[in-house]
Amino acid sequence: MDLSYRKYIIIIIFSLVSILFIARFFYIQVIDTSYQLDATNNSQRFIVEHPARGLIYDRYGNFIVANEAAYDLMAVSGQISHLDTAALVDLLEIDKKTFVTRLSKASGNRYKPEAIVNQISAQTYINLQENLHRFPGFYVQVRSVRKYPYKSAGILLGYIREVDKKDIENDPYYKQRDYIGKRGIEEMYEKHLRGFKGGSYQVVDVHGRVKGKLKEGKFDKPSILGKSITTTLDIELQNYGEQLMKNKIGSIVAIQPSTGEILALISSPSFDPNMLVGRGLSSNYNKLKSDTLFPLFNRAIQGDRYPPGSTFKILNALIALQEQTISPQYRVRCNMGYNAGRFHVDCHDHLSPINLTQSIQMSCNSYYCTIFRGLLDNPKYENVTEAYKVWRKHATSFGLGSRLGIDLYGEQPGFIPRPSYYDHYYGEHRWKSLTIVSLAIGQGEIGMTPLQLANLSAAIANRGYFFTPHLIKSLQDTVIDKKYRTRHNTTITAEQFEPVIEGMYNVVHGGPGATARYIAIPGIEMCGKTGTAQNPHGENHSIFTAFAPKENPEIAIAVYVENAGYGSTWAAPIASLLIEKYLTDTIHPSRIWIENKMLQSNLLEKDEDTN
Amino acid sequence: MKIQTKQFNIINVFRRIDGLTVLLYLTLVLMGWFNIYAAVLNENSSGIFDVSYKYGKQMIWIIASIIIAVSLIIIDSKFYSILAYPSYIFMLLILLAVIFMPSAKGQSSWFVIGDFKIQPAEFAKITTALVLSRYISGYNIKITEWKHLKRIAAIIGIPIILIALQPDMGTTLVFASFLLVLYRHGMPGWVLVAFAISILIFSFSFIFSPLYVSIVALSVLFIFLLFSISYHRISYKIVVPTLLSFSLPWVVVYYYNIDFSEFLLFLISFVALVIPLIVYSYRKKIATLFIIFIIGLGSISFSYSVDYMFHNMLQDHQKTRINVLFGLESDTQGVEYNVIQSKIAIGSGGFDGKGYLQGTQTKHNFVPEQSTDFIFCTVGEEWGFVGTSVVIFLFLFLLIRLVILAERQRSIFSRVYGYSVASIFFFHFMVNIGMTVGLMPVIGIPLPFFSYGGSSLWAFTILLFIFVKLDADRDILIY
Repeated sequence: MDLSYRKYIIIIIFSLVSILFIARFFYIQVIDTSYQLDATNNSQRFIVEHPARGLIYDRYGNFIVANEAAYDLMAVSGQISHLDTAALVDLLEIDKKTFVTRLSKASGNRYKPEAIVNQISAQTYINLQENLHRFPGFYVQVRSVRKYPYKSAGILLGYIREVDKKDIENDPYYKQRDYIGKRGIEEMYEKHLRGFKGGSYQVVDVHGRVKGKLKEGKFDKPSILGKSITTTLDIELQNYGEQLMKNKIGSIVAIQPSTGEILALISSPSFDPNMLVGRGLSSNYNKLKSDTLFPLFNRAIQGDRYPPGSTFKILNALIALQEQTISPQYRVRCNMGYNAGRFHVDCHDHLSPINLTQSIQMSCNSYYCTIFRGLLDNPKYENVTEAYKVWRKHATSFGLGSRLGIDLYGEQPGFIPRPSYYDHYYGEHRWKSLTIVSLAIGQGEIGMTPLQLANLSAAIANRGYFFTPHLIKSLQDTVIDKKYRTRHNTTITAEQFEPVIEGMYNVVHGGPGATARYIAIPGIEMCGKTGTAQNPHGENHSIFTAFAPKENPEIAIAVYVENAGYGSTWAAPIASLLIEKYLTDTIHPSRIWIENKMLQSNLLEKDEDTN
Repeated sequence: MKIQTKQFNIINVFRRIDGLTVLLYLTLVLMGWFNIYAAVLNENSSGIFDVSYKYGKQMIWIIASIIIAVSLIIIDSKFYSILAYPSYIFMLLILLAVIFMPSAKGQSSWFVIGDFKIQPAEFAKITTALVLSRYISGYNIKITEWKHLKRIAAIIGIPIILIALQPDMGTTLVFASFLLVLYRHGMPGWVLVAFAISILIFSFSFIFSPLYVSIVALSVLFIFLLFSISYHRISYKIVVPTLLSFSLPWVVVYYYNIDFSEFLLFLISFVALVIPLIVYSYRKKIATLFIIFIIGLGSISFSYSVDYMFHNMLQDHQKTRINVLFGLESDTQGVEYNVIQSKIAIGSGGFDGKGYLQGTQTKHNFVPEQSTDFIFCTVGEEWGFVGTSVVIFLFLFLLIRLVILAERQRSIFSRVYGYSVASIFFFHFMVNIGMTVGLMPVIGIPLPFFSYGGSSLWAFTILLFIFVKLDADRDILIY
């Protein structure tokens, strides 16, 4: 049998296998490019360079947020030898068990540095640094953390922390162990403050050991420094406000009327921003979060169920004047209250009858019930609903009932009901002026944030316009958002303001019946309005809104002290102290007693007593 | 009658050796050396001649190999025939002895004398090839005859058993390459086919269900059946009863919805086939039909028994290893890690590679065993598709050249030996390169001339140059 043909079969077998190989190599080397990427991931490592985060200044250039070095203890497990755990734990002042578990967790890669203890204090670091030579495999990495020279404005500034899984998912810019700003200005202006990470590509081997720069650093990019922010805050004023509000619940908003710049924004109880720095961050955060007084709730912008109380009367006066349903000379008789059939609103004992300016000075309920109903029932409107629509249009032109647009997250819109709201409640055309008369005196369905009240004051101080309140003054080389430079005109013309402002002036400086006479500041013409708002949570809220000086106002303010009683007892003196502090930088000796009383009184304890 | 002085003889022999083979050998060896340099290189490395590194050592092995090659050519070719049995017996003793050497990584494959290590299994291939050649070239030896087949089985089987005891699975499997040699010298072709089929069925039975494997196997056989029908000029009428009797049991079972095991059903079908196919083939004396029947029955039984054994006889960790081998389970840190890294290195080479000594995966040790078993990754990464194709073609040229040389031998001894050399190289080439791109399971055997290591380089050199010498003396009858 001739078998020599089999040589061909054998050669065919050899050739087929070779062709199969060549096809396979062609596929994985030329067609499928995913292996190139895998090789890159394998052998290159991007060493991130974190830029310094932008600083935050107050309006006068004082540091309110600075950077400070923090020290992380790093370990390269492959280099650790003869470790004296007890000695190291002593130096670090941490629990031995924690240390050992963290170290064993970090031992996965023998060549890769891992953080063992984060944010060692400077003192510990000094002690550690002297002794570090005794612990081969350990070194200290310096990172930058936030430092707050003033112990105030915690809720405005926010804090920074390491990114979590969600942050990374939301924005692929972030990688593990990056910092991100949370809450307040830190979160709002995160993109400007953080700068831009740079870094260099390094070539690494299979163990992660650095073998040099990739292509002599051709692809490296420098990091871009974070931008520093100048805020509109007057940090001294902010701090003073927080002191005055100590042991009281409530909030303060102070605005520069000519610009809409927020001078101070206080939500009490406040907290020291330094609490949310360093190792105490998560425990302190949880402490604040579970606090029954909700210090993390920014009452000034989130508390939108505050009834404005009598402070709302100034708005009602303006609307009635604008709609010409009354003149400033319009007088109303008041006999301890307003009566309409079986309906009755209490009023206090004061001069009667009174005109518009006097009505503000004496905060007469009857006057406002009368003119409010007079407006809604005026025959010039088709019906109450149409009249209410006009009223509402004026109210909303002051930024009520919608978010003003402050540069903080979480602002609430407040509530000025639409006609449909009442239609829904009472049925279409089934509600009358009397049904909603409580709006006349700032009670009822309406809700305003303290920010909105301060803004209302600012608009009055400006005689008819306002700028969206904001915290950003300048952002290094970037122009601030146009919306903070745009003037918003209200629907009330300038001349209507004078009798109202006159009334507000008299509240402080007027004769008998003025509701807040004792808070007058020598040498400063202040216009204000007290409010005492009934609310479902207990005693009345003490409210005061004001601006000063009367001509060319420099500050407009709203103060809420929750469940504290009369507006003139708490909110008014606090507002006057802040105004005085802001305008004169001191407190007049004749008013020191007021300051002391405000600083020392503890309304929280009083609460507990009554309970 | 030639009467020559010894001097004359030596010069003459160098003229007669096949220059192309030697050139291919030198090319591959040098390429191997440069790639080992690239694979081992790191920032501490000095020149390629530094003998404290693998590439320096490899240079010494190469020089020694050339001396060995020259010596082998000077030695009288009759010695290889005469020394076949003594060297074979000696090698068996060595293989026996090495089993009792201290083991490294669970294997006792090495003789260690000081710094010097030698792996006898690499050389056992040569002595086995020589003895096989000597036996088959004997007078009136027929591979198909049972008593001769027994001897052949013993010649190949004894070293297999001894090497398997080390245990060195890779080298053991290399002995399967002798099947090609036997095929060329009279072993029926179906043995080779059956071997290939059983490997395919074995692999596919893990990956797919035995039912699919059986259906595919039967379809292939059916095509063969049609071919052999036309080849043997058999009436096509046989196809109808064949298909009918095969499918009848299936139709019945499915029609009456009987719960019946697939394997039993196949068995019944085959029994049903006996009448149309076997009786017909017996009466017409056509063995092909009978063989097709046996292969069909065999493959189905094999597939189902593999499946049965896998599910009922193996431990879980054994199952995992097999699953990883066939890519059914991931084990990115273990067995699969090597192949993944190897594929990344080769794949990242692209069309024309990253350039010599520029391979990032190679240079920074991402590929394990990259100077020995995975040396081809360096070729793939630094020389790209161009490099891999060139090396594959060089090997293919060498293999074909060896077949051509073997075919021109007058002596059966030389021809059998020549085929042994080609088949052993082919097996190493196929398994080693196949393994680096995941076409073959990870079996640690070296790539001839490329992989680092004195033992393997010397063994391949000796294997090749004995044949170069035999070829040079192809006019002399050796037996």
